[in-house]
Amino acid sequence: MKFFLRNIEALGAILLAIIWVSPLLYAFWAAFHNTSDAVNFNIYGEWTLDNFKIAWDGAPWLRYFLNTFMLVTVILIGQFFVTTLAGFAFAQIKFPGRDFVFILVLMQLFILPEVLIVENYAMVSRLGLFDTILGVGMPYMASAFGIFLMRQAFKGVPYELHEAARVEGCGWFGILWRVYVPLARPTYIAYALVSVSTHWNNFLWPLIVTNTPDTRPLTVGLSIFGAPENGVDISIISAATMMSIAPLLIVFLIFQRQFVQAFLRTGIK
Amino acid sequence: MLRLKKMSQRQSIYGWLLLSPAMILLTTFAFYPSMATFWSSLFSRGTRRKPSKFIGTDNYTDLFADPTFWKVLTNNLIYAGATIPISIVIALSMALWANSKIPARSFIRTAYFTPTVLPMIAAANLWLFFYTPGFGVLDQIGSLFGLPSVNWLGQPETALFSIIVVTIWKEAGFFMIFYLAALQTIPEDLKEAADIEGTSRWYYTRRIVLPLLMPTTLFILVNALINSVKLIDHLFILTKGGPNDASKLLLYYIWEMAFAFFDAPHAAATTILVLAALGIIAGIKFTILDKRTHYQ
Repeated sequence: MKFFLRNIEALGAILLAIIWVSPLLYAFWAAFHNTSDAVNFNIYGEWTLDNFKIAWDGAPWLRYFLNTFMLVTVILIGQFFVTTLAGFAFAQIKFPGRDFVFILVLMQLFILPEVLIVENYAMVSRLGLFDTILGVGMPYMASAFGIFLMRQAFKGVPYELHEAARVEGCGWFGILWRVYVPLARPTYIAYALVSVSTHWNNFLWPLIVTNTPDTRPLTVGLSIFGAPENGVDISIISAATMMSIAPLLIVFLIFQRQFVQAFLRTGIK
Repeated sequence: MLRLKKMSQRQSIYGWLLLSPAMILLTTFAFYPSMATFWSSLFSRGTRRKPSKFIGTDNYTDLFADPTFWKVLTNNLIYAGATIPISIVIALSMALWANSKIPARSFIRTAYFTPTVLPMIAAANLWLFFYTPGFGVLDQIGSLFGLPSVNWLGQPETALFSIIVVTIWKEAGFFMIFYLAALQTIPEDLKEAADIEGTSRWYYTRRIVLPLLMPTTLFILVNALINSVKLIDHLFILTKGGPNDASKLLLYYIWEMAFAFFDAPHAAATTILVLAALGIIAGIKFTILDKRTHYQ
């Protein structure tokens, strides 16, 4: 009894963990069973791949995967470019007006792109980027969060290295590229993980800006596939859900430590 | 002297050049749209016969006279009021557990954190299984105890609650990470000192750990506030804001007005109100919270 009491906390922790993964585990199990077995909890039901086959044939998943992949790549490249330059300017170059602009950038942390959907939609259409992957990605490239992160990383680089590179004859760009960027590598990796997982999962904005299967990312494709109007049954929805989360989930489970570190590094200033 | 001036001029040019891509993009997709939203919230909705014209604050007056707006606002306040404290408390317990010496610790950490890496849309699909009346998991469990079938998502009393549960499930593990990091910075000697004094674990947690976690809690609080505006994707799958607007939240309401009912002016007015609320949160963050943490 005493042993039990001492471990009641451990039990609580494990119980919560089981509750927390159960929706995922259940859907995983259901994805491999036919609907009647799944809804009746028939543990002895036969395992089958039929749901995956039906789901796979029901929508252009390969295209969706490709779109999502291109989307996160485009966003990441854009973000790296924009935030590196701006972060460097904010961290290491002194010029009038800098601090004022920095406050403007910080303000953007709270003007969520999600809230400005109406005008951003108008803007993207005006630029002729409606229903393009670039149109989905562009509003996220000048991420205030990323600029802030890069500024912090660059501030941590010892100024002696900067001086040394200058004495060696490096220009601004050379110093940035050879000294700052390599030293900020951990920050880049962390930022990349956070950015990729955020945009892999993003939904509302891509829903608004995409209109054809040629640009639609996975999340939007999944929501259309699973819409009740389509009358797809729940085991097949599970299979489709499993398919679309599998890549990110597998990467996460393998690189769990790095993921957690990444979220930490980017979250706590 | 002249050389020095020239150098600082050059530095200025470099500075602005480096900032220009960011400034152009931020202007295009944040600052200008914010202004444009405000501007268009002052105009009437144009139709083929009646072109849109300046109407001042009429769109806002319409909103304040519309019971749906108040319903949605109340829903969002309930949503924030429930998801924020509950996910913070769960996140804190998760972190304390995941940081203590208990069996299966790595499984526990993974389990807590996994929902964070799933898209909200996928999370909503998983939870559909639990909520579907008749054969959903919750109903099946209920029927074991002889409880009647409940249409969780289909009735006004439970729809918002069901949405709240999914949000908590999704974000608690994320917040746990920040607590976990903060816990690991608490020096071991504090625990040792407490042990020597013979303090109970509960007392140690309450008087030492929790105060030390205060800055983290505030950081999480700001994030959670933003999330309570932002996290609405699951509405598209689970309830579509229904039944009878019972689970409709502000951002979904904006989306619906603008893209389902094509009423951009009222959507703009609502957006401005949300931006104002976010501005207040930002103000609180930069004045009160940043006194504790300094960005240098």
